[in-house]
Amino acid sequence: MTSLSSRLKGRSELGIAALLGAAGALVLIDAARLVTPYSQSDPVGPKTVPIIVGALLLVSAVLLAVNVLRGGHGEAEAGEDIDLNHPSDWKTVIPLAGAFIANILLIDWAGWVISGTVLFWGSVWALGSRHYVRDGLISLALSLLTFYGFYLGLGIGLPAGLLEGIL
Amino acid sequence: MDILSSLMGGFATALTPMNLLYALIGVILGTAVGVLPGIGPAMTVALLLPVTYVLEPTSAFIMFAGIYYGGMYGGSTTSILLNTPGESSSVVTAIEGNKMAKAGRAAQALATAAIGSFVAGTIGTTLLVVVTPIVVEFAVSLGSPSYFAIMMLALLAVTAVLGASRLRGFASLGLGLAIGLVGIDSVTGQRRLTFGQPLLADGLDIVVVAVAIFAVGEALWVAAHLRRTPLQIIPVGRPWMGKQDWKRSWKPWLRGTAFGFPFGALPAGGAEIPTFLSYVTEKRLSKHPEEFGKGAIEGVAGPEAANNAAAAGTLTPMLALGLPTNATAAVMLAAFTQFGIQPGPFLFANEGPLVWALIASLFIGNTLLLLVNLPLAPVWAKLLRLPRPYLYAGILFFATLGAYSVNLQAFDLMILLVLGGLGFLMRRYGLPVLPLILGLILGPRVEGQLRKTLQLSAGDVSGLWSEPIAVIVYVIIALILVWPLLAKVLRRVRPRTAAPAYAGAPAASDSVAARDSASARGTSTTAGGLSGAGTAADQEPPGTGSRHAADTTPANHGQEKS
Repeated sequence: MTSLSSRLKGRSELGIAALLGAAGALVLIDAARLVTPYSQSDPVGPKTVPIIVGALLLVSAVLLAVNVLRGGHGEAEAGEDIDLNHPSDWKTVIPLAGAFIANILLIDWAGWVISGTVLFWGSVWALGSRHYVRDGLISLALSLLTFYGFYLGLGIGLPAGLLEGIL
Repeated sequence: MDILSSLMGGFATALTPMNLLYALIGVILGTAVGVLPGIGPAMTVALLLPVTYVLEPTSAFIMFAGIYYGGMYGGSTTSILLNTPGESSSVVTAIEGNKMAKAGRAAQALATAAIGSFVAGTIGTTLLVVVTPIVVEFAVSLGSPSYFAIMMLALLAVTAVLGASRLRGFASLGLGLAIGLVGIDSVTGQRRLTFGQPLLADGLDIVVVAVAIFAVGEALWVAAHLRRTPLQIIPVGRPWMGKQDWKRSWKPWLRGTAFGFPFGALPAGGAEIPTFLSYVTEKRLSKHPEEFGKGAIEGVAGPEAANNAAAAGTLTPMLALGLPTNATAAVMLAAFTQFGIQPGPFLFANEGPLVWALIASLFIGNTLLLLVNLPLAPVWAKLLRLPRPYLYAGILFFATLGAYSVNLQAFDLMILLVLGGLGFLMRRYGLPVLPLILGLILGPRVEGQLRKTLQLSAGDVSGLWSEPIAVIVYVIIALILVWPLLAKVLRRVRPRTAAPAYAGAPAASDSVAARDSASARGTSTTAGGLSGAGTAADQEPPGTGSRHAADTTPANHGQEKS
């Protein structure tokens, strides 16, 4: 038990193996459901490729799990703005995802101008800016500009929502 | 002569004022996204796809071409002024480029990068004009079995050769192929992986998937590890070069081009290997080897030229065979399909004017880049100071807007968030992004060729190797797959001599230490660099803990900024 838990410690990458395994199983189960009428013109049928892909995912899941348990690990991606010396900062990521979800919930009902403003303002706040008023103005300006830009320039009507009739 | 007149026709199309304007927009946009961290040309093209439906396909592709080349230019500016390159292909440029900038020679470093890119881009595009029709002539004679084999080669080679870990590459490829399966099967009309959701019946839109993996995943990942201390940006004036600099630059430019184009044109070439080879070569040939490591101009000129020539080379399989080997080319291929244009060997025959206008616009874009970027370098440097909250909030904002405008349904935004989460996990656990995107875009086409092949052979599996080209390609695939094993055996036979092999790996998982030791050794053979890409694949040497060395040394782990 203790050896198991100590082996599992710091092996969060096993979650990726589980994810791959689940994806592989999903693809295979879905493939099993397909019916293949025998056909001269399509001997491969719709099933073959999903089975290969599902198998590929399952095999990579197993190999990855083995690799991780033997001490291997994937290299986190570096970049200009990335500092890997500090651990994942969930206090930034979760509000950021929150702003994104708020936009999804609002966009069809309140319209793009409002939901886009919320999205941008919320994201900027989550990422650490504290110029509330300036950020609000920028957010609103961006949303309005894209709304009219898409409507007038591209003929794409983004939802006006609550502001229908005003815009 | 035929080619020449077609090309002239292309110039006539590309030089109309409207198209010239699109080229200019593309070039400026491309440079901007190349300079800015977090976004790159592939994502920009993906975001612009829904917007460009209103344009003529020709104008859209002229703009995309500008973005493609512009991204390369912008990337070099960042790596010289910041020393933390965004693209794996500009990692090598940063080694000497940043040293030059620190020594007060930023202007010369930027100038040799820009002029070298222009020279390499122009020669590379010329080679593209010469080589591509030959490839097409050969390609139209190929049947489905050969196509299937070549596509498999591209998929497997990109997965197995590039990136730090083969295993993780294949995992990523599997995910991409699975996402590509979603939707109605075009032959039998059966729904695959739709879970009864009518919204999934048409499959996942490539724009949504690409934007999710590239943009949302990147923004979330950066947010989790945002650097709180501002980066040191080296101020720069207008780039220029003295007589001595020209003298030391022109040969590396030409040699870099010679390395870059062929590698780019190969199914798994990429730009990392040729830039690295160019660096090693320049170091060995230089009259000032003592300057390497302290800011030698040859070390910027050569790799930068190799990078751009590789970008031109990549377009050869893209246009001649419909085979993309980097993220931007993959998204451009998806763009062809979205405009109802069938990519492949008949592209030149069916869409000649468009393709030639695209090629002509590459020449034009290259020239525009030089004209725009030499005087504007200080402006681009200022762009690097954009406050990060605005940058990443902006990326999310435009990602949402782009994905939403495809179908105007909030459902796509949910997919965007879920796949953005996947993109985050992939970055966290070192799964390369490129195999996923290629699997997504090429997967359905590979399946189509497979079914066509076996239909022709009436279900007989031997139909797969019924063409000689297919057999040759399968042998190459086998070699690529078996190579790590082979290398292991070889190393056991000659333990000492083969040891430095992985020290030269351009994208090995311990690239930080590897590149340092490689550049210190300097004589790490070209073969070492090459085989290293394959051999180090799944080794994951114990030294990976020294990851924070990334502060001082460029490392990008084979991920292309997209």
